[in-house]
Amino acid sequence: MSVSRFWRKIPQRYNLVGTQCTTCGRYFFPPRSLCPDCRRSGEIVDHTFNGEGTVVTYTVIRSASDQFENTTPYVLAIVELDEGPRLTTQVVCTPEEIEIGMRVRSVFRRIAADGESGTIHYGTKFVPVEH
Amino acid sequence: MRDVAVIGVGCTEFGERWSTSFRDLFVTAGSLALEDAGVSGEKIDALYVGNMSAGRFVEQEHIGALIADFAGLATNHIPSTRVEAACASGGLAFRQAVTAVASGMEDIVVAAGVEKMTDVGTGASVDMLASAADREWEGFAGATFPGLYAMIANDYMHRYPLTREQLAMVAVKNHENGANNPIAQFRNRITIDTVLNSSMVADPLRLFDCSPITDGAAAVVVVPLERAREFTDSPVRVLASAQASDTIALHDRRDISTLDATVAAGKRAFERSGLTHKEIDLVEVHDCFTIAEICAIEDLGFCAKGEAGKLTADGATALNGDIPVNPSGGLKACGHPVGATGVKQICEVVAQLRGEAAGRQVDAEIGMTHNVGGTGATVVVHILGV
Ligand SMILES: [Zn+2]
Repeated sequence: MSVSRFWRKIPQRYNLVGTQCTTCGRYFFPPRSLCPDCRRSGEIVDHTFNGEGTVVTYTVIRSASDQFENTTPYVLAIVELDEGPRLTTQVVCTPEEIEIGMRVRSVFRRIAADGESGTIHYGTKFVPVEH
Repeated sequence: MRDVAVIGVGCTEFGERWSTSFRDLFVTAGSLALEDAGVSGEKIDALYVGNMSAGRFVEQEHIGALIADFAGLATNHIPSTRVEAACASGGLAFRQAVTAVASGMEDIVVAAGVEKMTDVGTGASVDMLASAADREWEGFAGATFPGLYAMIANDYMHRYPLTREQLAMVAVKNHENGANNPIAQFRNRITIDTVLNSSMVADPLRLFDCSPITDGAAAVVVVPLERAREFTDSPVRVLASAQASDTIALHDRRDISTLDATVAAGKRAFERSGLTHKEIDLVEVHDCFTIAEICAIEDLGFCAKGEAGKLTADGATALNGDIPVNPSGGLKACGHPVGATGVKQICEVVAQLRGEAAGRQVDAEIGMTHNVGGTGATVVVHILGV
């Protein structure tokens, strides 16, 4: 991913900043600038999510693209944030630990790098919530 | 709107075609289709080419013009248009051709699909295919294309009674069919153990749950039904053409295990044709992964949600079953040159309806095709009949 393309979404990727339509109350992450329900009459503002959610489904990636190859195997999941929206994320745990319904919270982590000397991409991953 | 008929089809062999270039693949398929249709090149009014990503696979854009040129049509100056909807590019190119003829705008139109995937390494093509999903919010997190379908599979298996063996049966059945298809990439039969012992790609999907990386091209010729007999004694009618879209990202879907775009396109196709499920004699579905065939059978309405695994294990989707699914071998065994697949599905149904499918022949008068882009953000469904 190019430097500018990554840089453009740093607040969203680092701090889980999404959006909310104040007209209908719906939250969006990944952020949307147009509410699918209210469309042009929707008033969109930024919203920082509290970062807790539940695993909806998951997989363990064993064979990845070049950018992620040296981090395999890794756990990938769709997480539903407590505010409602769902996102695709890595969960920092072992393949044996991950399960549907698991409670998780967001953390700031290194995601990938563009080659050995390229930009390092940071962003949000999730970790299991301790009981 | 005018009725539309397919009068000719052509398909290259699918596989790792190291010695064949992007343009040669297309020229071969196009020539076969024109020969089959009995149409000479200068009669063609327009060309639609389905192609997902020549820009990244072979670093070539402007595919419409390139294809027209190497098909020998540059000096005819015909309109030639590239159509892109990821893995549904081929089905969409066919739909564009049908629309052009139905509208009365053009008479003799070629719809083609082509993809040359093996000129880049596996890591690069994995990354490439991930661009059929949301690059910024799925790919960025490390999602691969098999990984996304694996998350569909885990959600599905958590909610419905699908066993790992039933899932494997999809691949076993498609290899069985592919063994009788001379253009198929894999013509070897496999067992459930072959699938269960293959390497894990993204849990629970193993290597033999996944369609391969393939080079190939396919082409068909469509004309107004009223003119079809000028060219052939066995025209195949287009009874319905339907297309639907959905969220680009899997995480934004209403239901992870249901492709709502398949439901919508399927419903529209049945409504437009006035046909019922019982009248469909075979269906070519988009089995990019075994779980995708399970979802397709259900989302098209051939059985209730949660029943396709049992249906497959009982043999209902085999060649001699109640509803044969993927007689060509599907994407799994026939191969999946992404932009060509949707057109190949049309070629297969036409061959079946004309009774030219030899060892994999189904007794059929009406057939359906189902072509998916991404994880279900685009779906194209066609019904053809004789
Ligand atoms: Zn709204």
